[in-house]
Amino acid sequence: MLWRHVIRRSALGVFTLFLISLIIFFATNVLPGDAARAILGRSATPEAVAMLKSQLGMDRPLSVQYLAWMGGILHLDMGMSFISRGPVWDIVAPRLMNTLLLLAATSLVALPVSFVIGTVMAIKPGRLFDNAMNGFLIGTAGIPEFVIAIILVLLLSTQVFHLLPSTALVPPGQSVLENPQVLVLPVLTLTFAVMPYLGRLIRASLMDALASEYVVTARLKGLSPRVVLLRHAMRNSLVPSIQAAALTLAYILGGAVVVEFIFQYPGLGSALQSAVAQRDVFVIQAIVLIFAFGYIAFNMVADILTILMTPRLRS
Amino acid sequence: MSSLPTLHGPTWFLAFREASRYRRTRIGIAVTLLVIALALLGPLIAPYRPDAFVGRPFMPPGGGFLLGTDFRGRDVLSRLLYGGIPVVWMSFAAASIGMVLGVTVGLVAAYSKGWVDEFLMRVMDVFLSIPLIIFVLLFVSLIGTKEWLVVLLVGVAHMPQVARITRGVAADIVEREFVQFAEALSVPRWRILWREILPNITTPLLVEFGIRIVWSIAGIAALSVMGYGIQPPNADWGLMINENRGRIATRPLPVLAPGLCIAIFAFGINMIAEGIAGTISGTSRKSGGEA
Repeated sequence: MLWRHVIRRSALGVFTLFLISLIIFFATNVLPGDAARAILGRSATPEAVAMLKSQLGMDRPLSVQYLAWMGGILHLDMGMSFISRGPVWDIVAPRLMNTLLLLAATSLVALPVSFVIGTVMAIKPGRLFDNAMNGFLIGTAGIPEFVIAIILVLLLSTQVFHLLPSTALVPPGQSVLENPQVLVLPVLTLTFAVMPYLGRLIRASLMDALASEYVVTARLKGLSPRVVLLRHAMRNSLVPSIQAAALTLAYILGGAVVVEFIFQYPGLGSALQSAVAQRDVFVIQAIVLIFAFGYIAFNMVADILTILMTPRLRS
Repeated sequence: MSSLPTLHGPTWFLAFREASRYRRTRIGIAVTLLVIALALLGPLIAPYRPDAFVGRPFMPPGGGFLLGTDFRGRDVLSRLLYGGIPVVWMSFAAASIGMVLGVTVGLVAAYSKGWVDEFLMRVMDVFLSIPLIIFVLLFVSLIGTKEWLVVLLVGVAHMPQVARITRGVAADIVEREFVQFAEALSVPRWRILWREILPNITTPLLVEFGIRIVWSIAGIAALSVMGYGIQPPNADWGLMINENRGRIATRPLPVLAPGLCIAIFAFGINMIAEGIAGTISGTSRKSGGEA
């Protein structure tokens, strides 16, 4: 019963990804600015466009082209970049590693911090910390990432303190891991961006759990507050928290585009931005597909974890 | 609603009136009106034209330039006063498009149930799997940077979340007696959706509208910051950040001022949404966590 839910959810994820790949492929091939025209520019002659199209295999039927494209992607062959004249995967792979690194570092900071803040708020609701933190989180909830980034740069690297580099430029030939200081500001920015949602959600779900009948029962049984909190309340508030965490990761994926651009962090987002500027169509296709894959995967993991942790479905 | 002596006026107005009891709503309304006034009236009081070269690049504040000059030697204050209109109208327009599309899909799904519901929500899930910024960048890269296109794309990107929320809150309403009563009288379907169901979910939809505006501000301004919004030499808060960020270390004002304006605008709308959400008691209070 349980595994049927999990398999169903996974199949749905794969199917969604298939539909997304269709949308990306047909959007980049059917819309007026198709690949050949994008490469040659708007002033290109029809003959030149036709010639390039046949070189790229774009004069074949669309369904054949789609199958060839998809088949290539399954072997990590995503075509050639028009700008660097190298395989797309060679451009994308190191960028993907850097974005995953940013994602991992952000979740290592943002998830525990939000969890602790939300928990402390929920344990003593209405007290000074809860009220002050609630005001801060509500007040900062809508502030765009790039504004947070600007304020952090002014605070920590240029105006007030001079602690950190204001851009995440990595010397050529070196990796981000060799320059971990470039991660600090992007990670802080994304942490401040997700904390309002995550912190308040954890507070709300823990407060729901603390108000529930089984927690009241546990208290009346004479269990110590610590045991009630750790064994009973927290375990049950974990389900919504884990789902929120996975959704947050999916959200950071989108937010990373702007943050990477601002800090010139060498990730997928800034690669997408420059590919769009140069109309490097195959690179755009590949990166959008990777982002969609990540988004779907995080959502799927969130749903599957929820299924696995919901006792009602487990039996 | 029990504290209100009479129930006159449209439901959205009543929701606003009830929400205005909260201090955060009043702060939000005041801040939002201030930013909108700045955007609309700014061009009337700006000392210079937004595209006039009036000094050397990156002059410090002072000497007739209250906020200094930008990378081209244009008055930062004047560009700030002219540059608010795009983000204000574009974010309202994009959020409105997203609401109309999403509410329609959500209402039809909740009312139809069965395979129509399942199909519509699966389609929404597909749309939901591309982050807003990336969705917009994909199509802008193919069609070109046009204001109406950015507005339309951001609007469409909001649709799935709005549809989900609408379907969620409408699912209870469609089971109520007055809906069955209207069905028994063979009231047309669209009339049941718009006249019977919609007025009963106004408050959560208003909250969602606020959240959508906040996300639109963040998305549209971010696109502008990356160079995919208003094009130079026009004035726009996001574009100002893009143009002047290279000298943020020595000349922070041309970047900080428009950034704060965008943040204050988003803050104001968010406070109003929080206030209206506060009038919904219990657990139906949900704020979207994703773009």
